[in-house]
Amino acid sequence: MTANRTEPTTPLLQIRGINLSFGGIRALTDVGFDVQAGSITAVIGPNGAGKTSLFNTLSGFYRPDSGSVQFKGQDITRTPAPRRARMGLGRSFQNIALFRGLTVLDNIKLGRHAHLKTHVLDALLYLGRARREEAALRRDIEENIIDFLEIDHIRHAPVSALPYGLQKRVEMARALAMQPSVLMLDEPVAGMNREETEDMARFILDVRSEWGVTVLMVEHDMGMVMDLSDHVVVLNFGQVIAQGTPQSVQNDPEVSRAYLGSGDVRELRARLQAAATVRRAA
Amino acid sequence: MRIGTFKQSYVADAALFDSRTQHVWLAIAGLLLILFPFTANEYWLYLGCLVAINIASTTGLNILTGYTGLISLGQAAFMGLGAYTVALLQLHFNLPLVLNLLAAGAVAMAGGILVGIPSLRVKGLYLAIVTLAASFIAQFIFANFEFTGGTAGITMQPAQVLGVPLDTSFRLYWLIVPVTLLMLLGAANLFRTRIGRAFIAIRDRDISAEVLGIPLLRYKLLSFGLSSFYAGVAGGLFAYFYRVVTPESFPLTMSIFFLAAVIVGGMGSILGGILGAAFMTMVPEVLRLVFGLLPGAADLISLISPIRLVLFGTLIVGFLIFEPLGLAELWRRTRRFFHLWPFRN
Amino acid sequence: MMAMDWGYLFEVSLTGIASGGLYALAALAFVLVFKATRVVNLAIGEFLMAGAFLFMTFAAMWSMPLWVAIPAAVLACGLLGAVIERSMIRPLIGEPEFSAFMVTIGLSSILVGLAELIWDPEQHRLPDFMPTQPIMVGEAFLSPKVFWGAMTAVVFIAAALLLFRFWRGGVALRATASDQGAAYAMGINVPRVFSLAWVGSAMLAAVSGIIVGSIGGVSSTSMGVFGISVLVVVIVGGLDSVLGALVAGLLIGLIEALASTYLGGEYKLVATFLVLVVILLVRPYGLFGTREIERL
Repeated sequence: MTANRTEPTTPLLQIRGINLSFGGIRALTDVGFDVQAGSITAVIGPNGAGKTSLFNTLSGFYRPDSGSVQFKGQDITRTPAPRRARMGLGRSFQNIALFRGLTVLDNIKLGRHAHLKTHVLDALLYLGRARREEAALRRDIEENIIDFLEIDHIRHAPVSALPYGLQKRVEMARALAMQPSVLMLDEPVAGMNREETEDMARFILDVRSEWGVTVLMVEHDMGMVMDLSDHVVVLNFGQVIAQGTPQSVQNDPEVSRAYLGSGDVRELRARLQAAATVRRAA
Repeated sequence: MRIGTFKQSYVADAALFDSRTQHVWLAIAGLLLILFPFTANEYWLYLGCLVAINIASTTGLNILTGYTGLISLGQAAFMGLGAYTVALLQLHFNLPLVLNLLAAGAVAMAGGILVGIPSLRVKGLYLAIVTLAASFIAQFIFANFEFTGGTAGITMQPAQVLGVPLDTSFRLYWLIVPVTLLMLLGAANLFRTRIGRAFIAIRDRDISAEVLGIPLLRYKLLSFGLSSFYAGVAGGLFAYFYRVVTPESFPLTMSIFFLAAVIVGGMGSILGGILGAAFMTMVPEVLRLVFGLLPGAADLISLISPIRLVLFGTLIVGFLIFEPLGLAELWRRTRRFFHLWPFRN
Repeated sequence: MMAMDWGYLFEVSLTGIASGGLYALAALAFVLVFKATRVVNLAIGEFLMAGAFLFMTFAAMWSMPLWVAIPAAVLACGLLGAVIERSMIRPLIGEPEFSAFMVTIGLSSILVGLAELIWDPEQHRLPDFMPTQPIMVGEAFLSPKVFWGAMTAVVFIAAALLLFRFWRGGVALRATASDQGAAYAMGINVPRVFSLAWVGSAMLAAVSGIIVGSIGGVSSTSMGVFGISVLVVVIVGGLDSVLGALVAGLLIGLIEALASTYLGGEYKLVATFLVLVVILLVRPYGLFGTREIERL
């Protein structure tokens, strides 16, 4: 087969008609949007809107009832999670999911797992391939990730001893180690102060410009969203209620009703369903 | 006082023993290991061999339980598989010792993978229950079939290496200790690579690990297979050491012994495996000593078995509640004290 | 080959199902603790043994009348459960579930050792206290002990089902299991719930142990083997399901009886093991267990 050349207009990630329910609860209803290569896309919405469920579906942790996800032109809807990681879908987690038994450096190295080749026998002997691979990995992480995220002073620290802001940065480092084409960041600046937020914003922009990584992030900090993103998708009650440039979304009356509320949940839900029907028909 | 150890290359930083002091201690330990069999009497040689075999098995269980977070109650059963393999191979074929040991490991590993496939698809606790049941099945198989010698088991000839029969503790020492050291080295190496990291990730947060690229079932099976391999080799050494293999040789109590060794020594630490195995091996010996000194010793002898059971259980519970990081942690604290002396913290 | 003896099959099956009732009762003791505290009690067989030995001590060694000895044994076992919960389980509340599980492994060792020290490792018979009239169902003979044991089990299980559904305490138990923090916030006294669950479980186990012991005798290791079957029962039924304990108990009892009769006594455990493997492959959360929805 000839090498895949994705044309500039084919979105890197194409999400179509995702329906997800747990027992009787509908987490996602007919969710679909595109993520263009090299963009920063933000997914916003009130708490409980289904943002993390969406990320979990994209990661392969949840299997949707229906719908499809295309990544780099391939249908990955049935692909198991570890394979998606190998294909270039990187991820950080809402509640920090660092491994307490590993140091910062080991946590980051773990991100590269799917791309390494060491087998059990290599590992037990640790002579040729394992040693070379580990040394190369270490060099790559030090020069490209640890320097970039400015965490060299804590590389051997146990992660549980670190303050929250640094833990989040280590999460990001681990996600970068995955050599992602798409980096999914779930609330990357949650709980951070102004300075930490600005640092993280700078890292995200640099990741896009220096590494060519496409960013998809769930975010509540509207400043971040407005300043950084090219494209915004708004979720509420598991449905996409608006999407577009940050400005257009900001001015969308549906969005402000979603955040500020109309007071009557039933009325809101009816309007959302109507809007969804209109969009499907269009 | 040791202040800082500075490395000049990444390879050096990843080395197992990284400072000059550690190298010196290592050399001393090596020397002691070599001198030991020449200076020790029969009893201590016997104990030394036994401790080494237990270290090998405990290290295997530590890989599974301490590092990967999966509990197995079948360690003794897998050792039994290895022991019976060695005994049968020696009985029917004339293969070199090394091949026998490798076969023992392989058979045990195969058993492990078989048992692991249904039980590792879900949570770790199912593995414990399946291995518990499997250990009774293993005993059933050992006791009820012709080719395994039935309830009488198999008596073995001493192993032969280059024409020399290994029939004394002294000679067996030179087989058992190097094999154990190799197994320790392998385990330590494992945790410098992606495989070891994956095991720890599975223990700490397995669902996140999967999303980050680690196929869970495959790695859990790998961990269980490795630990069974270690158990099989340890079982093979056990067979060569005792030269008698019966269905009673590998009871459930032995599996609990090894679990206790992992917990007491310190889960998730190679040193912990060594300390735990040594400690647990010495416990029954110390018990026997104490009983010998007490008046009315003859009556008390029959109580040793249940007292051992109570002691194993109490050690497990006690360490889990009071010192979950085990003896290895106590060791580390002592080392830190000496490193920082004369400062306090 | 001779024609199938349907009558015999029926008789064996009946006995199997009735014995299954006893498994169900012991499984209930396990499920009670798991539902309330999420702790997997691997030492469940040893709790049965404790109940049986205590009964033997009160009734046979101390010659107490049966109507005193039985409740005394049950209460004493309950006390044991309370002591164990307070000293070994409570300290591990914040820790991963794995730790409490390993503690129960250590506990089983301690209990077996203590039993051998306090009593002895021999097999003991328990005093008879059940009606001795053989039970006939049509032409099939059913041992009276097994029958009355099963009846007792059914009564307790029915009571437990109702209790969990309707009694406030039952709901509190389920709440504590699913979210300790939220339960505390609702005003539920979480440590008290833990204690109650372990005491209740120990008492149920004692009842089960007394019945099982009076059928087959008791020794320090016999209940451990019974315990393995009970663990298989809870896996098949679902770790947190009372109904599952009943259904799976009857099922496993039936299968074991059939295997034991038609293949040989040693094959009983093999049959149980095979059932375990099959259920793990087909329905790992058990027939009625709740599938955990994990959050990333």
